[in-house]
Amino acid sequence: MNINGVQIDATFAEAFPMRATRVIITAQNLKWAYHAAQAMTGFATSVIACGCEAGIERELDPSETPDGRPGISALIFAMGGKTLAKQVETRAGQCVLTSPTSALFAGIHEGDKIPLGKNLRFFGDGFQISKRINGKRYWRVPVMDGEFLCEDTTCTVKAVGGGNFLILAESQPQALAACEAAIEAMKKIPNVIMPFPGGVVRSGSKVGSKYKALSASTNDAFCPTLKGQTRTDLSPEIESVMEIVIDGLTDDDIKKAMRVGIEAACSLGAENGIRRISAGNYGGKLGPFLFHLQEIMA
Amino acid sequence: MTALTFTLKAELEQRIDVSPLTPDRLADKSASEIGAELLQYGNRQIRADELFSIEGQGSDRLIFRGSRKLDYIGKGMSQGEIRVEGDAGSYLGMHLKGGRIIVSGNVDAYAACEMKKGEILIRGNAGDFLGAALPGNKKGMAGGVVIVKGNVGDRVGDHLRRGAILIEGNAGNYLGSRMTAGTIAVLGEVGAHLGYAMNRGTVLLARTPASIPATFNDCGTHTLGFIPLLLKGFQGLETRFSEMSDTLKRVRRYAGDMCGLGKGEILVAL
Repeated sequence: MNINGVQIDATFAEAFPMRATRVIITAQNLKWAYHAAQAMTGFATSVIACGCEAGIERELDPSETPDGRPGISALIFAMGGKTLAKQVETRAGQCVLTSPTSALFAGIHEGDKIPLGKNLRFFGDGFQISKRINGKRYWRVPVMDGEFLCEDTTCTVKAVGGGNFLILAESQPQALAACEAAIEAMKKIPNVIMPFPGGVVRSGSKVGSKYKALSASTNDAFCPTLKGQTRTDLSPEIESVMEIVIDGLTDDDIKKAMRVGIEAACSLGAENGIRRISAGNYGGKLGPFLFHLQEIMA
Repeated sequence: MTALTFTLKAELEQRIDVSPLTPDRLADKSASEIGAELLQYGNRQIRADELFSIEGQGSDRLIFRGSRKLDYIGKGMSQGEIRVEGDAGSYLGMHLKGGRIIVSGNVDAYAACEMKKGEILIRGNAGDFLGAALPGNKKGMAGGVVIVKGNVGDRVGDHLRRGAILIEGNAGNYLGSRMTAGTIAVLGEVGAHLGYAMNRGTVLLARTPASIPATFNDCGTHTLGFIPLLLKGFQGLETRFSEMSDTLKRVRRYAGDMCGLGKGEILVAL
């Protein structure tokens, strides 16, 4: 398959099951909602060492938020419900509770409940106030700038993590430009996040390592500087490879995001140095969800 | 389907307990069985069809053509709707667990007492002890919403535990006395001894009261994010409070009753 001179490899991306939740962070204005949301979703690029993968899903208009203020919706993914609960609680406590004017609400209301403000309320030292509104419990925790309003719980749902595709280009700037175009298009798709910095990862990994302590190591087959040194998957003209990783609430959401992302990258075409689209295929070692590139782009 | 309508055949001499006439208790009953329901009438029991002419069918929607002597309307009901055309007696919606009761006139004391869930709309006035605990009990209304378009009597929300009482007229003395939690909101005036012995909970006042009890301490003026959320929560209900979510945000907060736990609050709109 070839789109605008860009070869689409006959391969698939492998993804694995995760648990996910959505939270809504509001504040006096979008600037401060972003501060809280960026802090909460910070250091959350990969479950390998961060405990969770998180990212900003989109901005919310005041008409879309529970308290009628500007907001941000963020998605948080982890390998299991318990890890997710711990990550959500610590991040809510350290990053949102602390952020001026913020309030925190659940963004998913069906599924397994995990605490959101349920335990954070104890920060109120007995001065916290519970309010039950339309069947949902909220906590008003007195803080130095006024009150921190937080929903008692949020819900977790089954999700998919690790959807991905690789952009192979003739130069590093060209690979990055294609990634930026792809991320811009993918940000418009709901229910997905691209958890790496700016949505792009340059250090794609393979499963396993020569070092026993490591479960993952550099994807040497796609490292351009190793073309003559390892069993490479790169042709001579490829000088840079970048990866976009996608976590989504369903595999359909990931497929939609992959499609628009690959389309955007391919729109730059071979004349801009974009030569191939491939994917992180680990031979079935990573997970049960397979995203065949050519099927998605058909 | 027409509503099952109960119209009094004659003026009542005694008070009558109509608690057997709820959607739950009449479900799957035939017209003759409904007519044969025994109701406590003063010191004796009487068949429903001796007092009421009963028209219509089904049991999900009931209509009472009202009287101030009809007590316990909708007691313990969990679903369906009861409409009262005219006035109702005492204990309307007592122990309500769900569904909706709408009264076009006034109701007597202890309406919504110990109610758990559901909605009560009173277009007229309500008497004393609205949403309260029964005498001797310590747990009042524990959920749901009560809307009163007119005025309410004394001791409204006594021992209130959860839920909201929205009063669009004036409230009597001892509003929110001994409250444990929950919300009472008033658009009109309030009487003396507001929040007497209140432990927790919120009394939200649209107008500045004549005085704040000495046992409530001023916590200053604040813009509280939960107020628009609370008021937005009433959207879809027939209450003027739902229209105030964009305007009512800033309040003066008084904490009390400092003679007790002191974790209740009176919020006065600015």
